[in-house]
Parts: sequence; C-alpha cells; structure tokens
Amino acid sequence: MEDETLYEECERMIDEVLALTTREIKKWFKNPFLLFMMIIQPIMWMGLWGKALNLTGLVNIDTSRLPPEVLPQISRLMNEAVKSLFGTEDYFTYMAAGMLCVIVLFTAMFSGMSVVWDRRFGFLNKVLVAPIRRESIILAKVLSAVTRGLFQALLVFSIAFAFGLRLGSAFGPLDFIGMLSALFLLSLGLSSMFLAFAIRIKSHETVVALANLLNLPLMFTSSALMPVRQMPEWLKGVAHYNPITYAADTVRTFILHSQSLDIARLTTNFEFLIGFAAVLTAFGLILADRGLRKG
Amino acid sequence: MAIIETRNLTKRFGKLVAVDRVSISVEEGEIFGFLGPNGAGKTTTINVLTTLLRPSEGSAAVAGLDVVKEDNRVRSIIGLVPQDLTVDEDLTGMENMLLQARLYHVPMSKAKPRIEEVLELLTLADAAGRKVETYSGGMRKRLELAEGLIHYPRVLFLDEPTLGLDVQTRVAMWDYIRKLRDEQKITVFLTTHYMEEADALCDRIAIIDRGRIIAQGTPHELKESLGGDIVEIVLEGDSRDIMAVLNSLPSVKEVKNTDDVYRIKVSQGEEALPSIIEKLLRKKIEIRRASLTEPTLDQVYLEYTGKSIRESGNGREDVWRMRHYMRSVRE
Repeated sequence: MEDETLYEECERMIDEVLALTTREIKKWFKNPFLLFMMIIQPIMWMGLWGKALNLTGLVNIDTSRLPPEVLPQISRLMNEAVKSLFGTEDYFTYMAAGMLCVIVLFTAMFSGMSVVWDRRFGFLNKVLVAPIRRESIILAKVLSAVTRGLFQALLVFSIAFAFGLRLGSAFGPLDFIGMLSALFLLSLGLSSMFLAFAIRIKSHETVVALANLLNLPLMFTSSALMPVRQMPEWLKGVAHYNPITYAADTVRTFILHSQSLDIARLTTNFEFLIGFAAVLTAFGLILADRGLRKG
Repeated sequence: MAIIETRNLTKRFGKLVAVDRVSISVEEGEIFGFLGPNGAGKTTTINVLTTLLRPSEGSAAVAGLDVVKEDNRVRSIIGLVPQDLTVDEDLTGMENMLLQARLYHVPMSKAKPRIEEVLELLTLADAAGRKVETYSGGMRKRLELAEGLIHYPRVLFLDEPTLGLDVQTRVAMWDYIRKLRDEQKITVFLTTHYMEEADALCDRIAIIDRGRIIAQGTPHELKESLGGDIVEIVLEGDSRDIMAVLNSLPSVKEVKNTDDVYRIKVSQGEEALPSIIEKLLRKKIEIRRASLTEPTLDQVYLEYTGKSIRESGNGREDVWRMRHYMRSVRE
C-alpha cells in the first residue's frame, strides 16, 4: 500500500517534470536566434583565439644563418615544448575541448534568467498554483538547461570538427559517451547553481550582471584555455576548485588520449564532477520551496 | 458552511502591512467581489488564498482546508486566473489547454472531453487550433479562464478579470462569469477596481482599502447603508458659513466637503434639493452646480474611505507590468 502511493507519487512527479521540460524545449526550438547567439561566442573563441594562437609559429627565428641540418631538430624541439605544455601539439583541439565546457556554462547561466522571466510574466505563478511538487519545477528548469547545454555542446563539437579538431586515433563510442557524461555533470551542477542564485531575484538586469560577473572569471580560472600547470600559484589554487577544470580535462582526455586513457586521472575528475553536481542539485531542490514562493 | 473563510488574515512585507486583519467568509456558489484601488491588498489576499504567499498572521481556509498546512490539496480544488496573461503565444489554444491538464494531473482520456466542454462554454472551440498570437485580448482572457476550469475547481479566483478590456468585451466577460456560477456551480472570488463591475456582477462585495476591509455586504445593502440620497453642490464662499447654513436645514442629515464641493446626505432627495437651493439663494451663496444622485458603489467607497477610488501605488515595476499587460491584451 505504502509502496504503491510512493510509486504513484514518483510517476506523478516524472510527468510534472516532463510536462514543464517539454514546454521549455518547445519554446526554445521556436526561437532559433537564441541558439545562434549562444553558440556564436564559443565559435568566435575557437576561430579567433584557437586558430590565431598557432604556438609553433609564434617564435620566429631567422633560420638562414643556421646550418640546415639542425632545422628539423629545432622544429621537433618546438613541437615537444608545445606538447609538454598542452599535452598535444594541436592547441586548437586543446581549446576546442575547453569550449565545449564554456558553452555549457553559458547555457546554465541562461537557465537562471529564464526563472526570472517566468516570474515576471506571471507564468511562474500559474505553475506554483498548480498542485505539483515545487521540486518538479526546479528539476524541469535544470533538465531543460542540461538538454539545451548538451545539444549546443554537440553543435560546437561538430563545428570544431569541421574547423580541424583532431580526434585521438582510438576515439570510439565509449569515449564519446564519457565526454558527454562529463559535460552532463558539469551542466547539471552549473544550472542548479545559477538557478539557486536567481531564484529570489526579481529583475533580469541583476541576473545578467551576475552572469557577466562570473562568466569570464569562471572561464579563465579553469583549464579551458590554459593548462593549470602554467598558472601562477594563487590561480592554481582557484582552478583546483573550478568544476570547469575537471570537465575540460576529462573531455580533453577522451578526445586526445583515447588510445591510452589515464584512468586514475579520469576517476579523480569524475569524483569531483559527481560531487559537484550532486551537492548543487540537492542545494537547488532544498531551496525550491522557499525560493520559489513570492515575498 | 462557508467555502472561503479567513480569520484576521494579515500579510506584512517588512514594515508594510499589505493585508491587515481581514476576516471574510464566502458562501458556496456566489460571486464574491473584492473591491478596492490598486495597492489596496487585493492581489496579496488572492495570493494568500491561492497558496502563493504565506500569511504573516491569522488563518485562511478554502473548503475547510488550511492554505498553509494543506497547500497542495487546496491547489487541486481551486483555479486561478491571474492578472497577467500567462497563456503561451507560441502554442495553440489546444496545446495550452493540454499543458494545463498535465499540470493538474487530469488523465488524457478525461482531459479531451473536458477541454472541448470548457472551450465550448467560452466560445473558443473554433479557435482552439490556432496559435494564441492570433487571438484578440478578450479571447486570450477567455482562454486563461478556460485553463482555470480544466480540473473542475470548486473555487475560481479571478484577479482583475476585465482589466484593459473594452466595454463590450467586458460585458461579455461578465456573462461568462455568471455562466460559471449558474451552470458549473463554481464559487467565484474576484478582485476589481471597477465599481460598476462589482455592482453588476457580484452577489456580495467586500471593500478593501489599505489592507483593511472597510465594508461588506450585497451591493444593495452597501448602498442602503448610506442612508439616503446624496446632493452634491459646488458653492462659492466661506466653507464654515456654508456648513452652518446647510446644517440648519431639517432635511439635511450630514454634510461633507472637499474644497468647494459639498456632499449632502438627505433622506428624500427630490424634495430636499429645492429647499436646499432656496435656502442658499436666500443667504446669497452662489451656486455653481447642483446634482442629485442615488447612491452608487462609488459613493459607498467615498463614504467609507473619504476619498475617491484612485490609481495609486504604481511603482516602476507595476507600470512596466501594466504596460506589457495592456499591450498583450490590446493587440
């Protein structure tokens, strides 16, 4: 008896979450301009920064005075220097992997915005007055942000591929799933975090300001563009707690080193990401009832 | 038993007391109107009754269910049609209804016939397949009303149901609301700042001002309570002298003035008016205008609050919302 009501309760909640998520996704698909705006920034980063920073070409040495036989050696030396720095000779691929995490970050910030808009346009009241669990409302928001985030990450991934992203030789479906899992966890945690921030905020200007305030610092204190090893000590400390560092590192490992996965490193990364997602999702759900209520 | 009952319901926001010890009881099957100016506490009261806000003090119950302790049960027996238009423009009328049905856990098999029924009731059946962005303001408001009916609520809360609608649409809306009471046996609790709406539509009214209930009863009772007709005259001269003259007349029950406008309460208006004018003329007081009115709710309001129903409390946010709202209604 007790089990059956619990079962029914769960079934109801799933239906509530799906109904609300479907609405969000439907609305999102009806506005392709928004999608375009969202992915344009990571693409610009990849196109302008990723391609311009051709590191092996950075050091221009006048080679005419050198004996020709040392040239291949110098070239090899340069390549090795880059490789020891980024783990690959191909900086573009290095940073494209980071950009997949950055697009997830941007989308998560938008999820905070959408709750403010729903509040402002009165839709939130309509949902709140329905006999549904408050947690369903938050879960639906998070779930739709995660769906959007992963979809956009895949889009950026395909575009990066067209731009010259090079996959490791043994890249297979399992690596792909591993990469998506890391992005999923990052998206789950970040969306919950921004929702928790935005849940009591009434003006969208504040959310935009907050998003802008956190956007660049979160990107630059992670390994999205630069390996942690290269950072000054104080920044290393920050990067160490930035979930994007772990997600970017995981995505990169799967993309670049599929032939010899560093399992210990992946385990550490996933431990951190799972912890991050779990804690923040729980936090968001706990805030749901108090936070969604007006006044 | 009353279907809505509040006892000393109070809601404070910081220092502001938005709703101040409100005690009302609404009978099953009536249209109950909450009349007051903007910022009087109408929407706050609705928000508490519909579980959107928790009361600071006092209690409120719908169908005997406490709005705080049994909030989810209250939600399943009430419907709310908010002031804002919340129907989704990108979706069709039918899609909006289906989403609403899902939010209220109405199984698909039951939702379909019910949706057809309420769309028929609100004459939206023909437009159901069209996107909401093609709807007129009145149609959107009706769709909003239809959404509130999907789960057979026992009480329907309407927050300013005719705000921003033109006169014909407003009168049509009143007919729909009466139909809900008569055909669907739904108790309707509505807020309005339109006197004529409260008068024409509501079975009973509570007048609220600055969070407090200042009068309640049927529209007829409220007008009767003024105790007669009102003569309103505009005079020139010293108000103390004029007051003395007017008060000396036997037919005059009470005089109140704001500047040069004097509101005189009399029992038999048609007979009192000539005698008042005669007396004033004899005292050489210049009369600029005179009128006799039978009591209206406007005067009831004026009587109890000492001021005319006003547009107030329009903060920046309110103005923004109002503008957005008006735009979407009028399109």
